[in-house]
Amino acid sequence: MKRHFHELSVAGTLVLLLLVLAVLAPGFFEPQPLLSRLATAAPRLVVACGVALVILTRQIDISIGSLFGVCSVAAGLVATGPTGIPGALATSMLVGAVGGAVNGTLVAGLGLPSIVVTLATMVTLREGLRLWRQGVFINLPDAMQWFGLPMMRGQAVVCLIAVGVLVALALMTRHLAAGRYLYAVGSDAEAARLAGLRPRLTTFLVFVGMGALVGAAAVMNLVQSPQVDPSTGRGLELEAIAAAVVGGVAVSGGRGSLWGVFAGFLLLSCINPALTYLGVKPYWDKASQGAIILLAVVADGWRRRRGGT
Amino acid sequence: MDRRLSSGQPGRVRGLLGGARPVISSLLKLGSVTKSFGAVRALRGVSFDLRPGEVHALLGENGAGKSTLIKVVSGAISPDGGTLEIAGSPVRHLTPASAHRLGIACIYQQPALFADLTVAENIALRLEPVAPLRRVRWNPRRQRARELLAQVGSDVSPDAEVRALSMPEQQLVEIACVLGAGARIVIMDEPTASLTRREQERLFAVVKELRGRGVGIIYISHRLEEIFALADRVTVLRDGESVGTRDLKASAAGESPLSESELIRMMVGREVSHIYPPSESKPGEVALAVRDLGFRASGVQGVGFEIRVGEVVGLAGLVGAGRTELARVLFGLTPADHGEIRLAGQPVSIDSPAQAVAHGIAYVPEDRRRHGVILDLPIAHNMTLAIHRRLFPGTWLRFGAERRLALDFIRDLGIKASGPEAPGGSLSGGNQQKVSVARWLATHPKVLILDEPTQGVDVGAKSEIHRIIRRLAREGMAILMISSDLPEVVGMSDRLLVMRHGTVVAEMPGGSSAHDVMAAALGQTGVTA
Repeated sequence: MKRHFHELSVAGTLVLLLLVLAVLAPGFFEPQPLLSRLATAAPRLVVACGVALVILTRQIDISIGSLFGVCSVAAGLVATGPTGIPGALATSMLVGAVGGAVNGTLVAGLGLPSIVVTLATMVTLREGLRLWRQGVFINLPDAMQWFGLPMMRGQAVVCLIAVGVLVALALMTRHLAAGRYLYAVGSDAEAARLAGLRPRLTTFLVFVGMGALVGAAAVMNLVQSPQVDPSTGRGLELEAIAAAVVGGVAVSGGRGSLWGVFAGFLLLSCINPALTYLGVKPYWDKASQGAIILLAVVADGWRRRRGGT
Repeated sequence: MDRRLSSGQPGRVRGLLGGARPVISSLLKLGSVTKSFGAVRALRGVSFDLRPGEVHALLGENGAGKSTLIKVVSGAISPDGGTLEIAGSPVRHLTPASAHRLGIACIYQQPALFADLTVAENIALRLEPVAPLRRVRWNPRRQRARELLAQVGSDVSPDAEVRALSMPEQQLVEIACVLGAGARIVIMDEPTASLTRREQERLFAVVKELRGRGVGIIYISHRLEEIFALADRVTVLRDGESVGTRDLKASAAGESPLSESELIRMMVGREVSHIYPPSESKPGEVALAVRDLGFRASGVQGVGFEIRVGEVVGLAGLVGAGRTELARVLFGLTPADHGEIRLAGQPVSIDSPAQAVAHGIAYVPEDRRRHGVILDLPIAHNMTLAIHRRLFPGTWLRFGAERRLALDFIRDLGIKASGPEAPGGSLSGGNQQKVSVARWLATHPKVLILDEPTQGVDVGAKSEIHRIIRRLAREGMAILMISSDLPEVVGMSDRLLVMRHGTVVAEMPGGSSAHDVMAAALGQTGVTA
């Protein structure tokens, strides 16, 4: 109970927000728009789960937004070919994993700080993509839309994939030795090494996994629109990191859970439409998101300070 | 030779109690001080007084309230109740800044200097008033640093970066700061924990010099022989209460001074045999043999020795002799660049800790706070970290098995924790050490390397750890124990290796005299090798 205080308080806030909406703006819960909103947000959940793993190992990856763009374009180009969606998915995840491996090699192999490495790859990938594509959109085949399913079923599938990834990763972090290694390396890499673990390999693999998840998320996003915008994914890194941090993943590594990330993701995803439904001017959207992030960080710092003495 | 604290020029140390001042009977007086942290009552009404010109030792097991008491005196925390008088006048709200102004200074186990700044800059930061826009006058600053360093007998340059100084050199810089600040009350928290015998003696000389000038020194140490050598009085804390204050020097009233066993009894409230548990094992096959082993970059070379099954081999030597560095070679942290390692007769190469673990070598590192125990992880997770493959043969972790194993260790090693779920960081030092040991016992190692297993551990936990070491040897483990605690390494070892300058220079039977071991470590000749 005490250990999951943060997760529970975020979930509590979310429930409170939903209750307020149920009373004041029941229109929020109409199935069709609600499902649409969730499907749009689903790729962000997948990326947030990935970045949560990165943060758990006391690293950060801010190149994921740019990588998301590169994966989307790569997947879009393949999708027009004969292999269809499976080919696009495989290409996208492969490109993502390679991008992650580059970050991982620089961070784990050379011991460079991840904030600087991923800042560099973020800019390089984004600008490289712009140079290569010159801003040209890619038209996707119709069969790509919603995996060729009717829209609502397609949206449901996207949401289910995201939840499936969440559950799989949550089980992994808690019930597989690999998950334990993430926490150990994130808490104290040198102590983990002295315990016979391989912190650098762990870190490398986390970055590769992060990249593959970005690739998967790109395809989940692709099936929702008729075209690929080469500037897609801009700002995604911040939204994903925000969801993880609001969900209680400590930036200092080693603490947090994916269920918390889920709660943080839902809270941040709901706040924007909720404000619209409650009749608040849309200008307040970003500000309220910022306020929630700040609140989460302050609450965590305050709790740790009290627990620390 | 005697440049330290040149007593011919007392005027150079400003602010110390000079002869001109009226004599004060006590520099510091605490009356029934209480302090609670949540439900934990750290201090339950402690009274304490410090006279000018005395070394007053503060003793107690870990968790007895020593650190809380010194935090009260240094203004780091404010007490819940009780009175505080400094030099005869009551003080209400003591803050670190006002404590500094009142002449209270702390010297911690780990010097608290800025590693990237020079010695002179560090001293200036402590002594010069805070004035961000004032111009720095470098030459007087250097000059002042040089004078203060000379007074403590240190020959480091004021322009040296602190990073490049050894631990004892840094400690002398700290003391120079204390001198320069004109402190009247100096708190020393385990100042000798990482010093060699010779460096300790130099430190003691400085402490005695300070005492001679009327400074009151609160001295915290776990090493009883130090306290007997240095302190005038001792106050023993137990469970947040003062058990009593006793004179250590034979007093005029003719009462017999306190004995070591009486003092230990006061600390733990029960009889603890300070006698090392006897060796019962008969050494068997050779478990580990190394020949001409080393890693030149860390200064270890040409090391040869062997350890038999059931044997406790002590590794003695001065700090910097290469003992920890040797352990790091054996554990694959800095793989050997020359030489041979044989385990049970088979030559092996150990290039990583993971390989060492696979070969049945375990290493309990020196700095358990930083590298032994992962503070965020529950102790159960800490204990199973090195044995995941064995404990969890399938895909999934098995929490039941993990919990049972943790509970067994908690019982076997007498670990005081709220349960297997307690985070490593919530335990006291001795108990963290036991968790660190438990992790490696869980691997069923053939060779166990212990690096300073009882450093900073209280007396009760220390004898428990000694008993555990004996039991493990009896059960057939080959143990290499690094220790700077001379009585411990002599008392615990079946055989002793002495290192000097990165290599093993002497091998002695267990129970050799501490004098012989020290002589070998210092490189004096005439010792049986």
